[in-house]
Amino acid sequence: MSDKIPVTVLTGYFGAGKTTLLNRILSEPHGKKYAVIVNEFGEIGIDNDLIVGADEEVFEMNNGCVCCTVRGDLIRIIDGLLKRKGKFDGILVETTGLADPAPVAQTFFVDETVSGKTSLDAVVTVVDAKWLNDRLKDAPEAKNQIAFADVIVLNKTDLVTPDELKDVELRIRAINPFAKIHKTSRSAVALDDVLSQGAFDLDRILAIEPHFLEGGHHHHDEDVQSFSFSADAPLDAKTFFAWIDNVSQIQGPNILRAKGILSFKDDPQRYVMQGVHMMFEGDHQRDWREDEKRESRIVFIGRDLNQKALQEGFEACIAK
Amino acid sequence: MAENEVRSVAELVKLCEAGAHVVACGFLGDEAVFATGEGEIAFVSGKKVGAHPNGGILEAICDGGRMITCGDDGRVVATDAEGRTEILAEVKGKWIDHVALGPDGMIAWSAGKTAYVKTKKGERSLDVATTVGGLAFAPKGFRLAVAHYNGVSLWFPNSDAKPDVLEWKGSHLGVLWSVDGKFLITTMQEPAMHGWRLADNKHMRMSGYPMRVRSMSFSHDGKLLATSGAESIILWPFGTKDGPMGKDPGMLAPAREGSRVTCVACHPEKEAVAVGYSDGMVMMARISDAAEILIRGPEGGEVTALAWRKDGAALAYGTDEGKAGVLNP
Repeated sequence: MSDKIPVTVLTGYFGAGKTTLLNRILSEPHGKKYAVIVNEFGEIGIDNDLIVGADEEVFEMNNGCVCCTVRGDLIRIIDGLLKRKGKFDGILVETTGLADPAPVAQTFFVDETVSGKTSLDAVVTVVDAKWLNDRLKDAPEAKNQIAFADVIVLNKTDLVTPDELKDVELRIRAINPFAKIHKTSRSAVALDDVLSQGAFDLDRILAIEPHFLEGGHHHHDEDVQSFSFSADAPLDAKTFFAWIDNVSQIQGPNILRAKGILSFKDDPQRYVMQGVHMMFEGDHQRDWREDEKRESRIVFIGRDLNQKALQEGFEACIAK
Repeated sequence: MAENEVRSVAELVKLCEAGAHVVACGFLGDEAVFATGEGEIAFVSGKKVGAHPNGGILEAICDGGRMITCGDDGRVVATDAEGRTEILAEVKGKWIDHVALGPDGMIAWSAGKTAYVKTKKGERSLDVATTVGGLAFAPKGFRLAVAHYNGVSLWFPNSDAKPDVLEWKGSHLGVLWSVDGKFLITTMQEPAMHGWRLADNKHMRMSGYPMRVRSMSFSHDGKLLATSGAESIILWPFGTKDGPMGKDPGMLAPAREGSRVTCVACHPEKEAVAVGYSDGMVMMARISDAAEILIRGPEGGEVTALAWRKDGAALAYGTDEGKAGVLNP
């Protein structure tokens, strides 16, 4: 997995500070070169011969799955960029303010070239601390962007009071308790907190918010929920894959994101997986270390999820 | 056939470093050339021509006299056997994704949702609803197939008539006319191909592939269509008026375990197909008896380009790691 080119997806509603963050990434002396896929050429103030304009063409796939949409333009552009690999260390994809992150994320699962040669490093969502509460009321896109995020840059914190900031943070946590939140003004977040995240690596997320993973934790947003389940005893791989396949078929349309680190019986390696709607992928990551607890954890973020069915299904995967 | 029985002609291959991802290869006169992702035309003699300085080549096509390339620098460039380059077209600030060559040396290209053709009257363009996935000129007459989302537009660039649209749901990428011009075939984003019999627009579904089809090539007589995208070369029968409708395809030259066919090129005169695999192996397979000849072992890199010289006596290949070679240079 390590030789795949990391892709960072930058989302956020209009005016949240995406372009400021993008310009910072491109101008800071981090010694890395990025190919950048943007929607508005003019807003990028940096010279870079690998800036590409995209059209946000969302296509349905003919695979009998209604929610399976991909970004056709991204497939085409990444195909083209891959002919110049060696010229850049990573790819940044900026989406428009109204973009649903699902087709972007699904592109990295569906297309075999894209998924074979690149990996979705993280979905980074820039959020405007002052206006988020309003956006959550009138813009469903804003909520999806938060639900999808691995990293949330909570921006413009200088424009709100400490109490307002706390309230916004709680609103974000209610939608997505698993993302890392960085509070900033003028998108001045440390780039190490945005790039090279390894969305697969749940460890750091757990380190930040360990209490969220204490069995079946549940937060209340009006329509987006998140659940996490864990098991100390190893899982039966066959039962688990049959179950997750079934979950993706039945609850897939409602699942915005899912992630897991899994310990299977008689398997010395950690298995990591992630999913978007009906699409799931996973791989062995590395050997379990002697000093780490062999524990399986899985999280779901979505709408109208059947918590009881998910929990019972997961628990039934524990090896007998 | 067991591996140790396959005859190898690898010692007759002249190796060449193309230096970057080989997008396409061909022959300018007798000499093999390779168009690379770093914007260069690499000649097998070692000469390199910067056809797209500071740019990358996205697609390329060769007619024996010129290698026509299009790139992310927004240019269409022709390079000849002497290494002279000429800019044929330019679309500022856009990638030129596709380029096609017509029967009389006509050239078409596309940038985003617009297809362009150079005619005697000048440049003409056609806007389609979504990004152009591929371009192909009909074998006869001045007609261009423009593949896009949900179908293909058939356009007469010399006429003001609206293009005919062949519809089929999904994202159509590569496009190819049958040798007799009676069928049109597209590769799709899904691991499948679609086809139309142009006499009655009847649909042909060619599916069952494990991977996206990226390479297709008609046999010299037009009776078979060879494609990549599976563990073997897939051969669809086009010898009758029904084409492959209701027929099963043939299979040839199975890959080694874990590998797939990535590139195919039918011999210009004989019943044989050159085939490249995802493990870097290159072979030649005879259609009549499935006999195989090894040209390059599974030395790594994915085979991304194959081309026969017009006389069929030499074959060039290139990989995504910039390795290239010519059999019988």
